[in-house]
Amino acid sequence: MNLKPETLAKIEAVIPRYPVKRSAALPLLHLVQEDAGYIADEAVEWIAAKLDLQPINIYELVTFYPMFRRKPGGRRIIKVCRTLSCALAGSYKTAEAFKAAFNCGLDETSPDGEVTIEFVECLASCGTAPVVMIDETLHEKVDGERARALAVEIRQAGGPASAPTA
Amino acid sequence: MTAPAQTDLVTVVIDGKEIAVPKGTNIIEAASRLGIEIPHYCYHPKLSVVGNCRMCLVEMGMPMIDRGSGKPILDDHGGQKIGWMPRPAIACATAAVPGMQIRTTTELVKQCREGVMEFLLVNHPLDCPICDQAGECRLQEFATDYGRGYSRFIEEKNVKPKRTRLGPRVMLDDERCILCSRCIRFCQEVPKDDVLGFVDRGSYSTLTCYPGKQLENNYSLNTVDICPVGALTSTDFRFKMRVWFLKQTPSIDTESSVGANTFVWAREGKIYRITPRRNDAVNDTWMADSGRELYQQVEAEDRLNACHASGKPVPAPEALQAAVALLKEGKTAIVGSARASLEEQFLLKKVARAAGGAPVHLVAHTGEGDGLLVSADRTPNLRGALLTGLIDTLPPASLEALGAAIDAGEVQTLVVVREDLLAAGLTEAQLERVRIIHLDTHRRPGLERAAVVLAGLTVFEKAGSFVNQQFRVQKFQKAVPGPGGAAEDLFLLATLAAELGGESMPSTPASVWQAMAAEIAAFRGMTFAGIPDDGVVVEAGRLAELPFVEGESLHYKPAAEAAGV
Repeated sequence: MNLKPETLAKIEAVIPRYPVKRSAALPLLHLVQEDAGYIADEAVEWIAAKLDLQPINIYELVTFYPMFRRKPGGRRIIKVCRTLSCALAGSYKTAEAFKAAFNCGLDETSPDGEVTIEFVECLASCGTAPVVMIDETLHEKVDGERARALAVEIRQAGGPASAPTA
Repeated sequence: MTAPAQTDLVTVVIDGKEIAVPKGTNIIEAASRLGIEIPHYCYHPKLSVVGNCRMCLVEMGMPMIDRGSGKPILDDHGGQKIGWMPRPAIACATAAVPGMQIRTTTELVKQCREGVMEFLLVNHPLDCPICDQAGECRLQEFATDYGRGYSRFIEEKNVKPKRTRLGPRVMLDDERCILCSRCIRFCQEVPKDDVLGFVDRGSYSTLTCYPGKQLENNYSLNTVDICPVGALTSTDFRFKMRVWFLKQTPSIDTESSVGANTFVWAREGKIYRITPRRNDAVNDTWMADSGRELYQQVEAEDRLNACHASGKPVPAPEALQAAVALLKEGKTAIVGSARASLEEQFLLKKVARAAGGAPVHLVAHTGEGDGLLVSADRTPNLRGALLTGLIDTLPPASLEALGAAIDAGEVQTLVVVREDLLAAGLTEAQLERVRIIHLDTHRRPGLERAAVVLAGLTVFEKAGSFVNQQFRVQKFQKAVPGPGGAAEDLFLLATLAAELGGESMPSTPASVWQAMAAEIAAFRGMTFAGIPDDGVVVEAGRLAELPFVEGESLHYKPAAEAAGV
């Protein structure tokens, strides 16, 4: 496990905040994913050992929640909302546009490693559907055209002017 | 309204019938005491309660009390009005409290059960005709008892792995799994080997072993027993026999001095499986995997199928004649066995006395105890040998004393019961110097050297009793007939004792028990038939203070610890 020193410090700080160690399982998973980008098998075992649990206890959690990534993603994660409002407003077309722009499928990472495209459930901005979240930044009213524009922005180094806010 | 009969009892009313149960008893257990079945899947009396199957939903009510005055609210007939909760409650996680009212037969409860059954059956495959669980499947039973009788489901069923090998002895069919989590809780709580879990979510939830690990602890087959459906099956029993053809015979696990209670499942003289029999004072509802394999010894390659005299197979009476002739020459020593039943040990003592007070030796068989249901003493009946007076001290691990006696020329004939003399520390040279009468069930190294071989029966082929580490006398019954050339051990020993001593000897468990009850203080007043199915603890007296090898295990604390700590 090659976690950054900051992450390790956060992990040490978060565990004592719970009455039982086990309760820190989800916060630890989030911290590890923030750091490494995904939850490797090794991470499952590392967290289990950290919390005096068996690996299966963490494995259950990781597979239960779709927000945990089991494989490394691209440098950016494009999350396209597909809940009702966005779906009706054309989020499937938005996703198609991203897929075409980056030449990869859903839940896949583009060949250049730039992005991973995935559907998510409601991003809580139904009034401005369809919405897309790129890393931590929300983009509203993203139709196919806007998606292509965003793709161009991403391609240019630095991408859309938004450093991920951790 | 209903006052508790004792301080620790609470009275609840289930379907109009009152029952007093110990405080903390849940409603499923309370109802079962009234003979009322509340169907359930995830609840198991020996595991923690999770309440995830929802099958045990019942209606619950409490006597109403006026909040202002604190007085009971009465109905039109003067009885206390019952405040029924608008929604059903799960019986497994509801502890009985005084005055609680439960209804299990109302329309609401019926609808709940139908609803739960319908959801459980949505993704359940219809492969009952090839499913090993058929006939003992809770899902099948409750579908007929509480289901709606027909399916409204026209969509495609989920597809999940059908043949996952969870471990060397357990196979998993995920499509049949109803996610009750009994197996997961068992692994966490009993053998403390937390390897099973549910991965994924919703209708994709799948029982899995952590990748790279296996369900391979020595208690893994208990998950098969407690699986309410056919999801977990035993690799050994799988596809061998429909359960409704099998006859259950109560028996005892002979692998250690724990004496786990078992059922032996047999059909037409062939044993198909061994499962635990509930005994809350001994093994709860569990048993070790190693004990379940013991039935294989019945038809083992090296099984003794005939008595032998001078190396030739002969009928049992002829072999006995040869043995008696040898014993009459005197200078006899006996190697008894803690694997023999109580009755056999008693008769062996008679043989020793009739053979001129022949010295009796015993060999200890020890291993490492697992703290659960396999103890350090790997014989089922060492306490029996002490109680019957066959021996009066704990046996050594090897027969050095006997070896010395042979070397000194004090032994001419050796009667051996179920022991491997070479493994017990005698040398080839020593065995050459004695003539051996060997009573056993299987061929052992050096058996061909024996002058007389008496073929006996395994625990599955005879009735008798063992005394476990708690000094609990437990009986086992005959499940299958023995091989044609073998004879009842009791008959063989009784004949030897009778021929040598010139007086008749009892040769059935019941008649031996009559003699034992008369001669042995600890067994006074007992009969074989009178021993209950869950056994009876006898007064051990000073024997209890001997330094037995067993460590603490389920429902057992070593005497020294129990007294001291």
